[in-house]
Amino acid sequence: MNRGGTDPSGVVPPLVARPPEGARFLRGARTLFNRPASAVGTGIFLLVVIFGLLGNLIAPYGLNEQIVADARQAPSAAHWFGTDHLGRDVFSRVVLGAGEILRLAGLGTLLSVITGTSLGLLGGYIGGWVDEVLMRLFDALLAMPALLLALLLLGTLGPSENSILVVIVIVYTPIVARVVRSVVLPVKTRGYVDAARVQGESLVRILFREILPAALPALAVEAALRFSYAIFLVASLGFLGIGVQPPSPNWGLMVSEARERVTQIPWALYYPAGAISLLVIGVNLMADGLKRVLRP
Amino acid sequence: MSNLITPVLEISNLTIGYRQPAGWLDAVRDVSLSIQPGQVYGLVGESGSGKSTLALAVMRYLGEGGALRFGTIRFAGRDVYSLTPSELQAIRGTQIALVPQDPFSALNPSIKVGEQIAETLRWHQSLSPQEARTQARTLLDSVRMADPNRVLDSYQHQISGGMQQRVMIALALISDPLLLVLDEPTTGLDVTTEAAILDVFRGLMETYNTAALYVTHNLGVVARICDRVAVLYASELVEDAPTAELYRQPLHPYTRGLLDSVPRLGEDKHHHRLTPIGGRIPHLDELPPGCVFAPRCPLAVELCHTTRPPLEEAVPGRRVRCHRWPEILAGNAPTPEAAAAAPVGEALPAGGMLLSLDDVRVHYPLGRGRLVGAQRRCAPTERFPFARGRAVRALDGVSLTLGRGRTLGIVGESGSGKTTLARAIIGLAEPTSGGIQFSGVSLPRKLSRRPAAILRKLQMVFQNPLEALNPYLTIGEILSRPFIRLLGLPRKEALAEAVKLLAAVRLPEEYAARLPGQLSGGERQRIAIARAFAASPELLVADEPVSALDVSVQASILNLLNELQWARGTAMVFISHDLSVVGYLADEVAVMYLGRVVQVAEARDIFEAPYHPYTEALLSAIPIPDPAAVQENIRLDGEVPGAANLPLGCPFHTRCPRLVGEICRTEPPWQEAGGGKRIWCHIPVAELAAVQGRVIGAGRQVDR
Repeated sequence: MNRGGTDPSGVVPPLVARPPEGARFLRGARTLFNRPASAVGTGIFLLVVIFGLLGNLIAPYGLNEQIVADARQAPSAAHWFGTDHLGRDVFSRVVLGAGEILRLAGLGTLLSVITGTSLGLLGGYIGGWVDEVLMRLFDALLAMPALLLALLLLGTLGPSENSILVVIVIVYTPIVARVVRSVVLPVKTRGYVDAARVQGESLVRILFREILPAALPALAVEAALRFSYAIFLVASLGFLGIGVQPPSPNWGLMVSEARERVTQIPWALYYPAGAISLLVIGVNLMADGLKRVLRP
Repeated sequence: MSNLITPVLEISNLTIGYRQPAGWLDAVRDVSLSIQPGQVYGLVGESGSGKSTLALAVMRYLGEGGALRFGTIRFAGRDVYSLTPSELQAIRGTQIALVPQDPFSALNPSIKVGEQIAETLRWHQSLSPQEARTQARTLLDSVRMADPNRVLDSYQHQISGGMQQRVMIALALISDPLLLVLDEPTTGLDVTTEAAILDVFRGLMETYNTAALYVTHNLGVVARICDRVAVLYASELVEDAPTAELYRQPLHPYTRGLLDSVPRLGEDKHHHRLTPIGGRIPHLDELPPGCVFAPRCPLAVELCHTTRPPLEEAVPGRRVRCHRWPEILAGNAPTPEAAAAAPVGEALPAGGMLLSLDDVRVHYPLGRGRLVGAQRRCAPTERFPFARGRAVRALDGVSLTLGRGRTLGIVGESGSGKTTLARAIIGLAEPTSGGIQFSGVSLPRKLSRRPAAILRKLQMVFQNPLEALNPYLTIGEILSRPFIRLLGLPRKEALAEAVKLLAAVRLPEEYAARLPGQLSGGERQRIAIARAFAASPELLVADEPVSALDVSVQASILNLLNELQWARGTAMVFISHDLSVVGYLADEVAVMYLGRVVQVAEARDIFEAPYHPYTEALLSAIPIPDPAAVQENIRLDGEVPGAANLPLGCPFHTRCPRLVGEICRTEPPWQEAGGGKRIWCHIPVAELAAVQGRVIGAGRQVDR
């Protein structure tokens, strides 16, 4: 039987046995789906992921397939979301756009989590001038509006998918690093970190094996939040027409293209815009649910 | 009925349960006791024994999911659990008052202390603000608060823990209650502060004739303060007796075990072995069918495992819940494990110098660590020769030596710098000046500069076993790391060694797969000790290794430390605030105050005069688990000065009861007092010896 022992510092000993890892995962998943809000959020996210993965099978029309006869059609049974001014099926383009936005935002988030975690661990643990330099640098980056920074960077780097990734990493690394650092500060004075130092453990092991596990719950929640902001950022860049070029099915770009004709074919604007909002809201709700699961 | 005084509190057959998905968990089971007016009733038990639940239940404060399942609590003749909310409100705070364990969280941090007292005063009687303040001052005077006017105008964080607890006692006494409930009121305070608070409390009890329910785990405090004691174990009352009788002749094996597991003053590891209570306190959902203590009881027979013993009146006024009390009372029961008590052999001859510290200082400059606009203001030292300004002087010139295989005990209260000393030796705190010699070589100050060969020889056991093990790593991984890192073994062999190590600290092999969260505090400390001994260090630094543990667990941890140290010839620096533990374990003892060593002595001489005046005060303050012991009554006034502005000269002169005068503002000399004892004081040794008696007299005559 696994169970928590008598806690010498507390008055009441833990009464509930600690379940094994697998059961804890299942219980966490159940908690996530038990709350309507986070269940809906996770559902939306999973739906978009399915679109992203299987877009080619789901979309009834091709990405740039023009059905000239059907141009500017309102939503109907044949074209669920209607068609745009060039006669392209809006539903197909929304579905096919899911892959791109998830890939860019997801990869960007992953990279900024990696750099942010490393820098946050390093600065928080080493402290002193290393921490000071990193934090002031991050302050400077955070002082600039994200979009302005992005415009500046894209102007310098030239528009490409890689540039968008660089932008996401530079914009979100400071935020992730701060979250990780805030967990490192109380943890680094714990006895087990001292014990590792006294044993002569390497810096890498202390940072990633001894300290990082304590930061994982906060990090998971932060990553989910960053992801939702990254989606927004990718869409915004598309809308501004930098980073991605037509005829890419970037939802932001689609909104931008439809903007001029909003009075004639409003559906071409509403559906991609709705998709952006829905995904951002969904991921946010999921992040909120994660927070409850991981930090009860 | 009519010729009996109504007890202030009468608890009969009380069962308090917490509702769980699987059913009720009883935190208190079938407990009966009654408190007479003016009586101080001690409630002793280890963590998880249900003592706090019981104490709070008296106030009808049960926490979430808690309920009174059976029995009654009658306060001054009225059933507390059938009162209406408004009647309850009228009793709480006026007739029953609570002094909580943690005054820091009980006081409001955003309201001045004086206002908090005045508010309570005005709630009980209508007073003008001026009258309220005057009364608040009187109250603080009654708890012998130093500088009461300043305290009234302070916020909680501006006054010390001892002062906060005095404020709590003052608040509780406002309405002259019939019953005070004190939930570990001095746990977490230093011994000298604790002694002063207990004096205040004792005085007030006598003045107001208030009854009290005093909850504590500290057997020494009980001996000093309580008239009568109830011992709780696994939510049951196992023994109940007048204090003096309980200590003279405990009738329950658990009480015997508790008293045997603390070292008595004057005992040492070479001649006495501590008798631990094996096993651990059972969980509430898996209580044994018979006697709750049977699985750990050295006297348990078949009957104990099957039938729950009744609470019987053994002697008039004494109750015990044990099948074998008649034998224990008659002295026929075997003393537990007397035969197995082979003490650790004679002290090793001093086999050459292992560690020597020469004028080691650790100063933390104030305002350091800022890149921009930093004012480097710190004391001029070797490393910062041109620095000016103030610094926190955590360690301020300590010179000590330790021979191979010997044990140096370090005693001091919080803020004395003993932990900083440990960290400086081990390399976790970087000395600002001074040198540390280890095995004849000078130790690099920075941990990162110390080669693996040195790291291997120097290991540490940390104070808090909850923090010392990484909660996310398995025990196997934790224990294999030193083999991999310090001895260079491949992973597989290291894991095999780790499993062997588990056996050495008497834990089963399957623990290798567990996480620290699944272990009890004592077991975790065993793992921490195992890790420290893994690479067979030459010196082990143990920083309060047992202070976070329950009494019954402490003994087995101390025994384990002893055995491993003896088997491997390791020298040890053992840090503790508990003089009896240090006296038991150490060969030599250094007493520290505010970053300085004030006295060094052989352990057997530490209780003999002459002493440094601070040692004298410390000895007179320590709670001794023996009501018959006689202690001098020396209490320290005032507050411990902060380490950022140390007093000039002798750091103790601001509180010293034997203050000479101006001379104390200059650095005192080290004086030899014979037998290796050295005292850092201006008063000549001969004079000290003449005025000081033996602070602690008349040890316990044990009748068992």
